[in-house]
Amino acid sequence: MSVGVLIVGEVVDGGLHPTVRQLVNAAGQIDQDALLCLAVDDAFDVGALDCVRVGNVILLEHPNAADDGVGGVYSLVSELVCEAIERLQPSSVLIAKTDAGSVVSARVAARFAAGLAADCVDLTVNPSTGRVAVTRPVHGGSAFAVYEFAGDGLQVVSVRPGAFEADVAGGTPEVERIDLSGVSVSGAVPVLVETVSEAGEGIPLEQADVVVSGGRGLGGPEPFENLRELCGLLNAALGASRAACDAGWIDHSHQVGLTGKSISPTTYITVGVSGASQHMAGCSSARNIVAIDKDREANIFSHARYGVVGDWAKVLPAFTAAVAELAGKETP
Amino acid sequence: MLKIAVCAKQVPDTDIPPSQFKVDEDELQVIPPAGVPPIVNGFDMNAVEAALRLRDEGVECEIVIFSVGTAFALDVMKKPLAIGADRLVLVDDETSEALDALGTARVLAAAIEQDGGADLVLAGRQASDWDQGHVPIMLSELMSAPLVTLVRNLAMSAGGDSFEVERVAEGGFQRIECPMPAVMTVTNELGEARYANLRGIMAATRKRPETRTIADLGIGDVANDGKLAMTGLFVPVSESTVEFIEGEDEADAGRLLALRLREAKLI
Repeated sequence: MSVGVLIVGEVVDGGLHPTVRQLVNAAGQIDQDALLCLAVDDAFDVGALDCVRVGNVILLEHPNAADDGVGGVYSLVSELVCEAIERLQPSSVLIAKTDAGSVVSARVAARFAAGLAADCVDLTVNPSTGRVAVTRPVHGGSAFAVYEFAGDGLQVVSVRPGAFEADVAGGTPEVERIDLSGVSVSGAVPVLVETVSEAGEGIPLEQADVVVSGGRGLGGPEPFENLRELCGLLNAALGASRAACDAGWIDHSHQVGLTGKSISPTTYITVGVSGASQHMAGCSSARNIVAIDKDREANIFSHARYGVVGDWAKVLPAFTAAVAELAGKETP
Repeated sequence: MLKIAVCAKQVPDTDIPPSQFKVDEDELQVIPPAGVPPIVNGFDMNAVEAALRLRDEGVECEIVIFSVGTAFALDVMKKPLAIGADRLVLVDDETSEALDALGTARVLAAAIEQDGGADLVLAGRQASDWDQGHVPIMLSELMSAPLVTLVRNLAMSAGGDSFEVERVAEGGFQRIECPMPAVMTVTNELGEARYANLRGIMAATRKRPETRTIADLGIGDVANDGKLAMTGLFVPVSESTVEFIEGEDEADAGRLLALRLREAKLI
């Protein structure tokens, strides 16, 4: 059996990771009958597949598939996917560039000496060559590169989470099960001792409708107290640039950017954030950016809808006082 | 004694303002701005720091920096030496420019192997130029060594035969015990690399990098080429539509901004 596109979906808590439906849409750009494979254990809820618009779903069944996520750092899932590729001989493999997907895609590409196009935000088929071409941000989002596959080997593509809308069209795919319980990971593997959740302070960044972030321009940890006050008034989540986190002014759980959180609030207020490309990569889905910074030439203003050029220490207290007054008028 | 290999890449300075970031769309290359020296990839410096902290904790170790590239800026690549790394191995080869992640991983694996192997290979979570983070994962695959990604804390176990690792995960972290030899990627949550002191800088000045070419590694054709070709490179055009709010002074501008945002129903 030989297939076109094989989507490798991620499974979390017995269901589909949000990126699976995004991958379905992405795959639709190059193949309408893509197969979706999922590494699952007994706990997987087949009902989750009711409305996935793909050719077929293939469940790669292994009793430890769900445990592998962490301790093994996805080595078992990688083995299961490699086995699926051996059996199905797809021309292309599509994976989300999540933490897990990064590892699985790189392991698969190394195993098959395949071409690997990572973190893609667009996919097409070049009509003259019939090969898959992709676009991906590089240099922290300062530039975009276009790549095209060549040769006859396996094409591995990882897709940036959020770059494609989730598919909502739905369908009724046939589900096929492959028993891969005989597959094992050779050699030593890391062991998960425990998972510790660190509840962040305040409203989660990813869910907030308003986010207020501070950056290097704040000059120290104290001004984040002013931002916390503002967050309280606006019911906003508190964010920060990588520079502010790395300087130790605020915990890394607040970091917005390429290697931090990706946010999509209606209103994103930044104070002392220059707007480096790697920061903008985390807030490109924000609908309205409002920037306060002393440098009129700062990159943040090329993305902002409203801006104030000035010293945050003078602008912010007056801004916060005015916000408090507006809030006070509504709740007398 | 524990041997730690740290993979480090020379990249363009990430502090270049986006407005000065230029590419040659025909040659498919980034044009480095004049007078701005490159840096050691920031995440790789976090990896160097992770190695140094093991030593701080009393682990006897040799820390060797490995880098694949060409046109190295020596004073830049010596930064890890200035803060305490012991040796610097540069695979300096013009053909390295054309290597993809798998090719680079093959070269690094061979260079580490030729140097006597390593008990621990550390690298940054991704390079700030092409942002992929594949090389260390592929390195673990080639070395058949266990992998831990996104390490934010690293210590030796009490028995001295494995590592106790904290890795960043969604909404918290995971504690992992990892056997050696191992490959790990380090994230900025671990903390910034320490500053060099004068003594360290002087010591680094005296040290010479151990330079090799890919041919010296005796691994033949390492390139995984012909699989993927770059056909375009461009800087996105963002049209600024910002409305600057101005007032009598900065405080007044802040006050007017709040009123404008309320008017636009954004707060």
